[in-house]
Amino acid sequence: MTAILHQNSTIQLHPKMPHSIPGANSAENDEVPIVAEEMETDEMQTDAEVNKPNESNVTPAEEMTAEDAIAEQLKDTKVAEAKPEVKLEDLFADDDSDDEFASSNIKDTKVSSSPPEAPSSPVNIGTLSRATDTDVMRAFYQRLFPWRSLFQWLNHSPTPSTDFGHREFAFTLQNDAYLRYQAFPTADLLRKDVLRLMPSRFEIGPVYNTNPRDRKTLRKASSFKPLAKELCFDIDLTDYDDIRTCCDKANICIKCWQFITMAIKVIDIALRDDFGFKHILWVYSGRRGAHAWVCDKKARQMNDQKRRAVAGYLEVIKGGAQGGKRVDVKRPLHPHVARSLDILKSHFQSDILEDQDPWETDVKFARLLDLLPDRSLNEALRKKWSSAPGRASSAKWADIDALAKSGASKNLDSKALLEAKQDVLLEYTYPRLDIEVSKHLNHLLKSPFVVHPGTGRVCVPINPKRLGDFDPLDVPTVTELLDEINEWTAPEGEDGGKVVQDWEKTRLKPYMEHFRSFVAVLMRDEAGVKVKRERDDSDAMQF
Amino acid sequence: MSRPDIKRRTTLDHRKKQFSTPTYAPVEYKHRLNFYATPPTADITLEQFEQWGIDRLRVLAELEACSFRNKSPIETASHMKPLLDKYLPLSSSTSNSPALQAERQKDHYSHFILRLAFASTEDLRRRFARAETMLFRIRFQGDDSKERAGFVEGLSLEWEAVGEEERRQYAEELRAAGGGYPKRIEEESYFKVDWEKVPELVEGRRVFLRGGMAYVPSREQMSMVVAEFTGRLERALELTSRALPRLDEDDRLSPILTHLSQNFTTPDANYSATQTSLAGADISARTIDTLSSSFPLCMQNLHRSLRRDAHLKHYGRLQYTLFLKGIGLNLEECLIFWRGGFNKITDDAFNKDYRYNVRHAYGEVGGDSNRRGKGYSPFSCHKILTEHPPGPGEAHGCPYRHFSTENLMGLLQTVGVRDQEALRGVREDKEKTKFHLACNRVFEYAHKQEIQKVREEGTWGAAQLETLIHPNEYFKRSYLLRNLGKHQKKEEGEGDVKMEE
Ligand SMILES: [Zn+2]
Repeated sequence: MTAILHQNSTIQLHPKMPHSIPGANSAENDEVPIVAEEMETDEMQTDAEVNKPNESNVTPAEEMTAEDAIAEQLKDTKVAEAKPEVKLEDLFADDDSDDEFASSNIKDTKVSSSPPEAPSSPVNIGTLSRATDTDVMRAFYQRLFPWRSLFQWLNHSPTPSTDFGHREFAFTLQNDAYLRYQAFPTADLLRKDVLRLMPSRFEIGPVYNTNPRDRKTLRKASSFKPLAKELCFDIDLTDYDDIRTCCDKANICIKCWQFITMAIKVIDIALRDDFGFKHILWVYSGRRGAHAWVCDKKARQMNDQKRRAVAGYLEVIKGGAQGGKRVDVKRPLHPHVARSLDILKSHFQSDILEDQDPWETDVKFARLLDLLPDRSLNEALRKKWSSAPGRASSAKWADIDALAKSGASKNLDSKALLEAKQDVLLEYTYPRLDIEVSKHLNHLLKSPFVVHPGTGRVCVPINPKRLGDFDPLDVPTVTELLDEINEWTAPEGEDGGKVVQDWEKTRLKPYMEHFRSFVAVLMRDEAGVKVKRERDDSDAMQF
Repeated sequence: MSRPDIKRRTTLDHRKKQFSTPTYAPVEYKHRLNFYATPPTADITLEQFEQWGIDRLRVLAELEACSFRNKSPIETASHMKPLLDKYLPLSSSTSNSPALQAERQKDHYSHFILRLAFASTEDLRRRFARAETMLFRIRFQGDDSKERAGFVEGLSLEWEAVGEEERRQYAEELRAAGGGYPKRIEEESYFKVDWEKVPELVEGRRVFLRGGMAYVPSREQMSMVVAEFTGRLERALELTSRALPRLDEDDRLSPILTHLSQNFTTPDANYSATQTSLAGADISARTIDTLSSSFPLCMQNLHRSLRRDAHLKHYGRLQYTLFLKGIGLNLEECLIFWRGGFNKITDDAFNKDYRYNVRHAYGEVGGDSNRRGKGYSPFSCHKILTEHPPGPGEAHGCPYRHFSTENLMGLLQTVGVRDQEALRGVREDKEKTKFHLACNRVFEYAHKQEIQKVREEGTWGAAQLETLIHPNEYFKRSYLLRNLGKHQKKEEGEGDVKMEE
């Protein structure tokens, strides 16, 4: 008979799916011991796996084991070609990051110019040779790095789960080899592998549906999929180079750091008030920028489309260097833009007009005039400014309204002028996001608390409540911290009843405390979410 | 977009006769619109199975072509009308058409047939969901408002009405988010939904957000319904794909399904080097400067940026490398070209940071083994226009789209387009967001004499002069026109990248 689709209705176009993701919370992970003493067996197992010859039919050039990588380190040849398989776009996307001047390009950094009148400005790179020194790094990883907190942060509970176990880590070794798809069941195994391989830094990627180390054993490559990752933001001062006058390239000072301060304020409040996110970790990128990790469960589970939506919502500065006008906002201003403008107003006066003095010279104020709408007014302004060389930007900014009021233009559209001034303000203050980082679930981002190989500074969390107190130049370098441990003496009157952790002896302390309390609150909320979900599930079973 | 091939598979013929008397299960379709939540249960013939699939495929393929040509929603709707009337008509409930139920059944079944055909790969699923969404949107817009309201009500979506007091409280924010609409807040009613349900409205800052909830005016209802449609379809396709292996065992259906999916080819999927190679042309690192006068503006811009800055950012390198690969520059020469281009860095830095990228693009290293040997396809205009718009300091993308009009005019003049009429045309094209037209206009201007010559001599057919939709085609055509007579045309069968008219 004709029962084609009928027969095939047994094909089940909508097979019933289990509520949970396959593999999540599976029993295998409960068997992983949490106690450190029992780790040895696991560790040996890991080593054995690494030593196994490659079973899959991939060429060695594509797939590099950890052991190969060590061999590479010794030979130090053709490192870039030994990268493990990477998506083409990832490759192209990552090399212009904050770290591009790291390690191999250190010489460039040293010769890059910095303003002589601000001796405290340039990032201190004197400790560089020591910062990348293996002994220094080993001591740092052994004594200071917050392995347990990092684990809890990514695992969302004290008991090891796939949230941590299926998470991708990527190591940048000291010869710049890049090892992707590393994964560890516990904090201790991660720590051991880091101490063994001594990466100069490592990055954190998404949680996958299977252990990233097992991806080759899947029948189809496409069944290896990222499931979750924090929503991330990357703000970098290089994107401000056309408006930042105090420093250039890799250099920063407290003046231009204000761009980052403004950005954090604007983004943080939008993520909290508008999107309802609660767990936002801000981290200093180690040189000239900051990263945000939005850790709410809802944020972690977002697909690329939703990530793009958040990124688009927050993006106000658009277009490349050739794109002409870069601020593109509708009127009336969307509540987010209006609020941002309010926040940025006070910064504009002090941090931009006074500190950056962006329109000091003829060439520079031409850029401002380009952004203003009224031709006659512009002519009047140009005349006034040309005849007063060096007139301060704040005075020039005030001149606009003063000349407008004095009737420099007969048919002045004051609304258009006001809007243009708002656009100028936004162009000089609104956050410039590296939006690609935010759009993709599978983007890797440098881990908090690693050491920036170029500056030696630790990528410490920034407390958004005390944003004004944060000074990137005051962030401790790894060598300073190790010195602080050595110089530490127990306070008088205490006879050492309580064990003092190494980090407590150093300037890392406030940053660690901030991180620990951040993680504690995250875990508490997550536990709440879990209980609630389980209850919902059991309700669902009752019908 | 290649035309679906209606050639029958003879092996099926004898079977088809066995299934010649269809019986219909009594399903009543209350609404013209369909979320396709329930799979079909009634029997249809094998012939219907194939024909209905093909008919829907024609519609979807044409929809994809519309978006590919950057047609506006209104243009797309009017372009699609005759096709829809012919292949997938759907009468309104009030029409009392006798064909009403049959039309709706065909719509319903053909959707599920193509679901089976296109569930197999992620790429096909994504494109299918996209084209189906376009189709749904057109129909939703064209639906009678009363019937539409009835349909939406039946969906029982989780929308919470915003109370009067709350609406008053946020009146200013709601109006600002609506771009000043409505004049008086009482003129509009609002729903509150989880913002994740309306990502497009969020992305464009077209709604007020508070505490994770989006306040959506009822006039944006379509956007929400469409998002819901897409979301459900994507999830369903995912499930279908997992059920597919079992379907493979049915040897009556799988040839039809394979056939259908093969006919949903994307215009830019397979632009292989062999299609573009020019016999006898000297394409090497040292000739690129000269050849670049035959490049489309996007590639000329990348080339000029590279020469000016001795550097290109990542997407620029990617776009340009694949283009160069497409014009027939081999890997070795391409490496020489980039090494020479990045002349401010050391050999070590080049080998470390860039060499691998280029080799990867050529399929020499990395990637999955299927791609090995081929690497990635050169980007089509569509991809360049729609993906990864350039950010600060980046030179990739399409100048017609991503440059300001002023900068575009400047660039055109530096590459030698100085004719006022041509420039004015480009300016108008850009304002109407007809970026393809602008690019083709510049091509025609730059090759005016040659085109006239081949037209007059009748040596080139219409197919060889149709609208350019790929940067590599642009180069190839330009090169051939400028070297008329030097190279024998070998591309009589050209048309792999052809679109339906
Ligand atoms: Zn500075």
